[in-house]
Amino acid sequence: MSAGWLLIAIIASSAIPAAIIFCLKESSVRLRTTLNLAGAGVKILLVAVLLYGVSQGNSYETRWQLVNDIDLVLHADALSLLFITLSCVLWLVTTVYAIGYLEDSPNRSRFFGFFSLCVCATVGIALAGNLITFLIFYELLTLTTYPLVVHRGTQTALRAGRTYLVYTLGGGALLVAGVAWLKSIAGPLDFTTTGILSSMTHLDPHTLSWIFLLLIVGFGVKAALVPLHGWLPKAMVAPAPVSSLLHAVAVVKAGAFGIVRVVYDVYGIEFAQDLGVLMPLAFVAAVTILYGSVRALFQNEIKPRLAYSTISQVSYIALGAAIAGPLATVGGLVHLVHQGLMKITLFFCAGNFAETLQVHKVGELDGIGRRMPMTMAAFTLAALGMIGVPPIAGFVSKWYLGLGAMDAANPWVIWVLVGSSALNAMYFLPLIYRGWWKQPQLANWRENIPAQRFETHWMLLIPPLVTAGLALAAGLFAGAQFSPLEWAQFIARLEYR
Amino acid sequence: MIEALVPLLVFLPLIGAVAAFIRERFGHGVALMVLGAGATLTLFHFFTMDHHGWTMNLGGWAAPLGIVWYLDGLSATLMTLTWLLGLAIGMYARTYLAGSTPFWALLLLMMSGMSALFLANDLFNIYVMLEIIGLSAVALVALANKREAVRAAVTYLMVSLGGSILYLAGVAFLYTQYATLDLFLLADRIDGTPLTWVALGLMGVGLLLKSAMFPLHFWLPGAHSNAPAPVSALLSALVVKASFFVVLRLWRDILPAQPDLLAWALGAMGVAAILYGSVQALRTPRLKLLVAYSTVAQLGYLMLLFPLSIQAGYAANAYAGVTFFMVAHGIAKAALFMAAGNLQLHAGHDRLKDLGQAAVALQPTLFAVALAGASIMGLPPSGGFIAKWTLLGVSLGSGQWIWIVVLLGGGLLSVAYIFRVLSLAFQSSTMPRRASGIHPMLQLVPLALGGIAVALGFNPMPIIEAITQAHAAAPQVTP
Repeated sequence: MSAGWLLIAIIASSAIPAAIIFCLKESSVRLRTTLNLAGAGVKILLVAVLLYGVSQGNSYETRWQLVNDIDLVLHADALSLLFITLSCVLWLVTTVYAIGYLEDSPNRSRFFGFFSLCVCATVGIALAGNLITFLIFYELLTLTTYPLVVHRGTQTALRAGRTYLVYTLGGGALLVAGVAWLKSIAGPLDFTTTGILSSMTHLDPHTLSWIFLLLIVGFGVKAALVPLHGWLPKAMVAPAPVSSLLHAVAVVKAGAFGIVRVVYDVYGIEFAQDLGVLMPLAFVAAVTILYGSVRALFQNEIKPRLAYSTISQVSYIALGAAIAGPLATVGGLVHLVHQGLMKITLFFCAGNFAETLQVHKVGELDGIGRRMPMTMAAFTLAALGMIGVPPIAGFVSKWYLGLGAMDAANPWVIWVLVGSSALNAMYFLPLIYRGWWKQPQLANWRENIPAQRFETHWMLLIPPLVTAGLALAAGLFAGAQFSPLEWAQFIARLEYR
Repeated sequence: MIEALVPLLVFLPLIGAVAAFIRERFGHGVALMVLGAGATLTLFHFFTMDHHGWTMNLGGWAAPLGIVWYLDGLSATLMTLTWLLGLAIGMYARTYLAGSTPFWALLLLMMSGMSALFLANDLFNIYVMLEIIGLSAVALVALANKREAVRAAVTYLMVSLGGSILYLAGVAFLYTQYATLDLFLLADRIDGTPLTWVALGLMGVGLLLKSAMFPLHFWLPGAHSNAPAPVSALLSALVVKASFFVVLRLWRDILPAQPDLLAWALGAMGVAAILYGSVQALRTPRLKLLVAYSTVAQLGYLMLLFPLSIQAGYAANAYAGVTFFMVAHGIAKAALFMAAGNLQLHAGHDRLKDLGQAAVALQPTLFAVALAGASIMGLPPSGGFIAKWTLLGVSLGSGQWIWIVVLLGGGLLSVAYIFRVLSLAFQSSTMPRRASGIHPMLQLVPLALGGIAVALGFNPMPIIEAITQAHAAAPQVTP
């Protein structure tokens, strides 16, 4: 069996459902649901096969010549699997959630069509074997998420959509410039685990630093590095499943993943260290971590608070990439998965509060734990994980980041981590306190979905419970085989050969 | 063997035009048959021919006595584009323009003129073909039978004739000096006397006027936006590029030298076109004007050819990029004008702010706008991206940094105006009504063209190779 077909099949497993869903009538709910879930299920199976294959040392690659010296390359390495596994698992969960969330709302065919295409783009980003392929899927992601962001069609949504496009396509243009420039001086750009450029000693280091800047700014827009984060809080007008996907898997992660690819597989970590470009990146990431946390502290609504929290948390990944040394690498990479699990849980829960009881503001959360105990439990678990309480996943990331910082003799990073954890505690603990221990203000709630067998619609309840469980398991069983941590260590071993 | 059939591309539509003129009722049948045959022939020919260039002496007489036809990768690419788009526009117009109309005779006449123009290898022949194309284009604009359309048609007529006169004057100056009109003979004989430059200047201005290159674009928005949708598509996608093709050939084949200053000045004109066209497209309240101004802007990119081709070693890629741009833009722009026509048909007007309902009702049309728009914006993966990527490579390689900013910045400007249309689809949250009064064919054709514009981005090599080979064989301007 030709191994390359597996990669194409993985992309097709969301592209084909998307194409069919676009043609469906609004009313064919059952067929659409079946297609959605079947696509997500098939993708998980295919990724499982791939995961097994790669862990056995098989290599998967497929090429398509585009222009003379540029190939489209799909390639599965350990790093792509980290991202692709995360995205296909969370896609399945989010699809279930979205089906429950959007019940009886208009334009669902359009929504789920673009939703699938968006996953298609994310998976393409994960599997991209060189910068040009990465770029293609990266821009595709922008185009396919725009309709999701403006889905509600209100003036606010359209304005947010415009802001989103200005930022992401502007960043995309810089990225194109960077990729083209790098290609013109260094030739084709296949990702390799120790970096392409480290072996090319004839290149001018100044030029390479400028290109690094272009690439990082291009990816930094989606990764919401300060000061390129302006689009993210505005994009919160999107429906909850979209926010979940954007913040945990698709857009923000694609940016962070791009930074990881550039640092490790284009420049190579040691070479980037020698160029002296990592320190500024680490600095920007640290500023973003603190800035996002501080801004989150002052948000009165739940979703914006989570949005600023995302800005802060995603930069852990960039920070991990910017500190040379295997331990920091492990911390950054594993956070790619951990942040996704925890953040998607938080967004699911926030969506549940809003959908079930019309609760949007922090103040309205009082006593919500009595009305919706399971949702609140999932929320609490994820929030504690974000703060870094052991044994939840977030603790593992911070532990390794901290060790890595010590290892690389960058003790200031520890203070960033400590500060960020304290700030996380300051903006998450009040929510937990209000939810469990304050008296409910029933006047604040409007029962949209009455409590029957479950506290809310079962399709809204199951997903956060599953992801919260995964976040806990990722921390508890961090030492087990195929755990995110173990996989991140596997990658780090390859990068530092 | 198949070369023997090439004359059919000129004579078949000519005969068809006469037939369609005499029996207007059968016009569409005749036209669609001719277009189908021509599209098949050019496509087949394109993939089998040798793109280094092929010469045919009409009637067995060689230049300078007889008429010589010359077809290489460059002209074959544009020829194929012309016939494929002609067929698509014909299929669209078959439904859009019901009943008997002189459209079909005029369309066939124009196809004949275009084919002959791409084949032509002497300056006078080119002049005749430009006139045929120009006059049939003017008549097509007037078809709309509205007051604005007739006024725009009259302006267009003046411009077209003015451009032709300038061109012809230039040709006369050249003929008095070199006693030949054949491009290859001229290429051997020409030298940089002041009179030669005057002649070339006149020809260039005349041709750029016909191509609506800023600041000579003033006639385009009116003519292209008031014409019926299939005509707008034809004019924006093909006609303006026909005269630019002549500029390309003059620049590549017969210019005595390619002065840096001239090249940069032309490039600067292109930048002005991009800026001006984009800003106007952002401001105009009407959809068809938006698409027309987008053409003004996109034509500006073609002018980047001149500065990018003067550096030895990069010229072939510059030609490849620009030609690819013409192909991608032609396909995407035809799709956009058809989509605009559909929205106008459904809503009864083309005021952007009131098109929300129509946009929601015509989802396939909006999808076509999205696909074609992706190519116009130069986003990967699409034909427009490959074109810009190639030009980016040339700019980087030859160290002309400024064009990188232009290529990427211009792309962002086009994002802004394309999304003025796309965001319509998301504006109202009303349920889509059944697409009333819109024939499926009208939505299918632009959707297919949009798909092709994107698909071009996945398989650009045949065209790029064709242009590169053609460039290698063409008479080179010695610097």
